[in-house]
Amino acid sequence: MAALGLRAPRRKRHESLSSWRIRDRVGLAMCWLAGLTLCAIAGAIVLYMAVRGVQYLRPELLLSKPEATMDQSRSGGFLDPIVGTLLLTVIGIAIATPLGVCTAVWMVEYGRPRWLARLVESGIEVVAGTPDIVIAIFGLALFQQGIFSWLSFTSADGAVFGRSFLTAGAAMSLIALPMVFGSTREALEAMPRQLREASYALGKTQAATIRRVLVPAARPSISSGAVLGMGRIVGDTAVVVVLLGATLRIDPSGSLPGVDVLRGTGGTLTSYVYNNSPAGEGNAPEKAYAAAFVLLIIVMALNGAVELISRRAGGSVLAQGRT
Amino acid sequence: MLGALAVVVLLVIALMLTFVAIRAWPAFQHNGLHWFGAQGDVDQQISTMVNTGANPSPADYRFGAWPLIWATILTTGIAVVVGLAFALLSAIFIVEFSPLALRRVLVPVVRLLAAVPSVVYGLVGILVLAPFVGDHLISSDRRTSVEFVIQLSGPGLLVSVVVLTVMITPIMIAIIVEALHAVPRSWKEGAVALGVNRWRAMWTVSVRVARPAILAGAVLACARALGEAIMLSMASGGKGFAPNPADGLTFVFEPLRPLAATIVENVESINAPAIRANVYAMSLVLLLSTLTLSFGAWMAKRSMRRYGVAG
Amino acid sequence: MTQLPPPIRRIALDEPPTVVAPPQPAAGNGATHRPRPPAGPVRMTLEHLGVAYGRTAAVKDVSLKIRQGEVLALIGPSGCGKTTLLRTLNRLTELTPTARRSGRILLDGDDVDDMEVTTLRRRVAMVFQQPNPFPMSIFDNVAYALREQASRRPRRSVLAPIVEDALRRAGLWDEVAADLDRPALRLSGGQQQRLCIARAIAGRPQVLLMDEPCSALDPRSTATIEQLISELRLDLAVVIVTHNLQQALRVGDKVAFMYLGDLVEYGDARDLFSAPRARRTREYVQGAFG
Repeated sequence: MAALGLRAPRRKRHESLSSWRIRDRVGLAMCWLAGLTLCAIAGAIVLYMAVRGVQYLRPELLLSKPEATMDQSRSGGFLDPIVGTLLLTVIGIAIATPLGVCTAVWMVEYGRPRWLARLVESGIEVVAGTPDIVIAIFGLALFQQGIFSWLSFTSADGAVFGRSFLTAGAAMSLIALPMVFGSTREALEAMPRQLREASYALGKTQAATIRRVLVPAARPSISSGAVLGMGRIVGDTAVVVVLLGATLRIDPSGSLPGVDVLRGTGGTLTSYVYNNSPAGEGNAPEKAYAAAFVLLIIVMALNGAVELISRRAGGSVLAQGRT
Repeated sequence: MLGALAVVVLLVIALMLTFVAIRAWPAFQHNGLHWFGAQGDVDQQISTMVNTGANPSPADYRFGAWPLIWATILTTGIAVVVGLAFALLSAIFIVEFSPLALRRVLVPVVRLLAAVPSVVYGLVGILVLAPFVGDHLISSDRRTSVEFVIQLSGPGLLVSVVVLTVMITPIMIAIIVEALHAVPRSWKEGAVALGVNRWRAMWTVSVRVARPAILAGAVLACARALGEAIMLSMASGGKGFAPNPADGLTFVFEPLRPLAATIVENVESINAPAIRANVYAMSLVLLLSTLTLSFGAWMAKRSMRRYGVAG
Repeated sequence: MTQLPPPIRRIALDEPPTVVAPPQPAAGNGATHRPRPPAGPVRMTLEHLGVAYGRTAAVKDVSLKIRQGEVLALIGPSGCGKTTLLRTLNRLTELTPTARRSGRILLDGDDVDDMEVTTLRRRVAMVFQQPNPFPMSIFDNVAYALREQASRRPRRSVLAPIVEDALRRAGLWDEVAADLDRPALRLSGGQQQRLCIARAIAGRPQVLLMDEPCSALDPRSTATIEQLISELRLDLAVVIVTHNLQQALRVGDKVAFMYLGDLVEYGDARDLFSAPRARRTREYVQGAFG
């Protein structure tokens, strides 16, 4: 600066508050209060869970199956719930992604008749706003009908149980669907018209353009939408409790290997935490904390994955550079 | 072909409404509109229904959901109002007044908090907050003063509302922060160039422009609060009791159980027809409430479009 | 014998190509002959003003006086610092974290660093390049500053005459008087810019800063606003940044030519355009670079 011949500046960067009305000063004070409280609460939650998790989590918990005993030293770990979480997430996303992408593509690229498009859009918003417990209850009602008996266990007197990985997975796909749909639609709408026009000018049909040009270009957004959906599935407990049975162990039903697990009941990390807390039958808060910590790690990893995907694609969702 | 797939979504919603309504019908058939009122001790009614099992008589269907509805209104209402005010102020803080380093930390943290599963919040609520409230904030005099009506232990209205507020606020903060960032710089500059101080410029221009997003965030949070079953079943005290504001300060310590929590706790006995009808009736109430919320928000957004505030 | 392709016809030029020089206005030619009011008191004084963003100097050692009753036009090629200079006058550069300023700016004898920045911006108002009316009604736009600056929110009946006066002075009253509650964003571009001018002058500022106000507008709106500027300068000091040399000549009374942060030449508009003293000025005015 001195080299440019400029003296050290004397500047008043911040406005002094003396000219502000009382109401404005109160508003500013409340903003600061809210901001600092936010920091405090966020810090407290993160720190507390970290402390408890490190305190109670041991590697053998991750690798041993849970046992249903009262004696906590022999009640095992939570391998089955972890497997259950993975299985449920995979099923849910496997259904939600094609459905969401196809719906978004139809909406953006075709979207006729108009009233139908608007209806579908409202429909997705309705699904997004429906509480997960209602979706679970509906799933129960639906999958207890006779036509769906192949999805789960049927008892001797013909009553369809309606609870299995398949039924829970189907319900979870509804929960993840709005995320995939939203991300895909945003990506497709943000694509410049020139991209489509260039493809048509080369003689490609609309279907081919969608398949070969648009969907591959939207891949980062589809991925981040899918990961967001996975986050919601991993964190959901109500559907698990209602539609999966929330048992301690995976309970296959039937005799076909592989399919029997899918048709059987089980539990996930979330239902494990729920059952082991004072609200469930368990009285093992240490196991609950450990499982909750693992759950948090998974959720953080998924969040990080979303950030990574969007950063690699060249833009950030909540742009950190835009401070 | 793609259109057919898109219609699947509509089909699912239609099915959802139909199924839930059909299974809920017996409850209304036997109770009429009194289903929404108070017909006595809800917990007792539920256990009667569980005990009668597969062949309930019409009298067994008797159910007055008012304590549960009141609990839902209380928890959701207070949490959304407090949460919205807090979220708006925090968002303004993050966007305008916070130091740069703090901002870079807060934004990812808020997003993380929004993604934390409700069961973790419930765990912290029941293992940390509830004992704290029970041991330190509820005096034994208070307990004896209501012991003939209801047992006061830690979990109750206060714990539920606190945890619920902490749960729904991060998503509102994230939405509002994004909306405030999206306000065109020309407006912000224009306001400041007119000699208006930073707080006023932010409040009268940016927040005003962000109103549709604020509304959307509030509706989202309200829907989440309404449907929150798991956390509330852990932290609310699990008694179908209607907290009575006339009790004065004791009111905040009284246990309660909102609709969603009641559903989740009675799902195991759902094969008993009486329980099933009432559980589905509660689900129907929740479903219709969230539908009405979405519709109301859509109408409000339309009226905001008039002055050029983008919806 | 194979046919040769026919020869390419030579295109005859009617006359050798000429480069048309930009019009050299002689006295009274081109520029509208406006009666010039006697220059009023000095409103702002810049003393050795320098502005730097980080390490790059945008404005170097500029000293100027800005008088009421005069329109000062800042001209120069892109990146010469004229917009930065303008934005420094109402301390808007402080919104950029990396900006540093040196030198003094005096408003009616008071150092602007010593006064509240909100007070400064009420006395030195600004109109931007892109019209930026707020998403509110026309009335609310013009009354905005008045409402937000008062210690107690004034009633509409108190504000209405001030709003009407501002809209009249901005030449917009006739077009919008019918419905002042219409959304401001529904106005045309030229009307929006005049609304922004009305909004800026509603608080009776002493200096009006205009950053290329007509660059986004069509010629008719431009002419209207230039006429406006001639009328406004009777009450205020006007500083206008413009890329358009003809506009500077039409509108400006004094012209300051800047190049790469330096104030190269400053003088009467007609003198600077007809007989520029500095070589750089002459080159720029004649269109050698832009």
